[in-house]
Amino acid sequence: MPRRGGSPEVNAGSMADIAFLLLIFFLVTTTIETDAGLDRMLPPFEPPTETPPIIKEKNIFTVNINKNGQLLVEDELTDIKDLRKKAIAFLDNCGAPSGSPEYCSYCQGGHDASSSDNPEKAVISLKNDRETKYGTYITVQNELVGAYNDLRNREAQRLYKRDFTDMEAAYLNPETPSSVRDELKEKVKKIQDLFPQKLSEAEASAPGTIN
Amino acid sequence: MSKFNKKKEAGLPPVNTASLPDIIFILLFFFMTVTVMKDSTIKVENILPNASETKKLEKKDRVIYIYVGKPTQEYQKVYGTEPKIQLNDKFASVSEVGDYILQERAEKPQELQNVLTTALKVDKNANMGVITDIKQELRKVNALKINYTTYEGDAFNNLAN
Repeated sequence: MPRRGGSPEVNAGSMADIAFLLLIFFLVTTTIETDAGLDRMLPPFEPPTETPPIIKEKNIFTVNINKNGQLLVEDELTDIKDLRKKAIAFLDNCGAPSGSPEYCSYCQGGHDASSSDNPEKAVISLKNDRETKYGTYITVQNELVGAYNDLRNREAQRLYKRDFTDMEAAYLNPETPSSVRDELKEKVKKIQDLFPQKLSEAEASAPGTIN
Repeated sequence: MSKFNKKKEAGLPPVNTASLPDIIFILLFFFMTVTVMKDSTIKVENILPNASETKKLEKKDRVIYIYVGKPTQEYQKVYGTEPKIQLNDKFASVSEVGDYILQERAEKPQELQNVLTTALKVDKNANMGVITDIKQELRKVNALKINYTTYEGDAFNNLAN
């Protein structure tokens, strides 16, 4: 080599560009995603010999889904879009006469004596066929949870001027400082007690059985 | 000592960018380490339904996943087109769900074992029968907290095919 002073230096000017390229690749492919979904609690498994508690017929809101995705709500064929409205009307009904210990002070419903006594007693019973499509089932679940959330939001707005769903999300978020969470815990609990989620799910009926 | 005489500089000296690659590399390594590669390949069709009243599923270390759906094209020859359950990396029958949950639970640290959530990632075209069976199994092993994982969206979209 005619050159003096050893081998020439490698040009590292493009190193930054290469690194940038890799960086952008990882930036784009990284998904710091969090899954979201409908939270539910299953009832504990108990021996079938135990007698179930007796619930008055009028406090049960029956929702039946057949295999074609049609809904039978309180023995009436119902469009899925009307389900939320009906569920709210049922939960918020307060059929107990005023003055009785079961009377609830915050209900704004129709006070229909043939419907639920108060939100605490109201139970939604969901029954589905084994052939029901999961998508339909989720829609129904979503509407029922939505009905509860609508009512809870209403009460939360009245008492705390804030949406319940918003408060609950803040409460469940681990980044919320614990002092705020302690305060929220009480409020969330209170609202949950006003409209406790009582959603019972029967085991799916085998296809073909009449129910 | 003319050797040490500086040349006359014209204007501003250029900014030294020699450390730029290093900075970028640090960033690069950060993203490389936090990127979580999918830990199990999904062998079933998994188009989740939409729902609007969702709650976020925080903290991945507290979640056990169960996938349900039709086997994907390449597995249909062997496993058929009926909705199947996938646990970790393999297909399973309903009776294996309970054992799987217990096993996963045992692998988690003690303090998390009581706060685990089971995330059901179910294809929207699956039948409820298999879901009911899974729920029954979950009840038997006392894994009562479940989450129907969904996409954020209008729930009525599920009704159209």
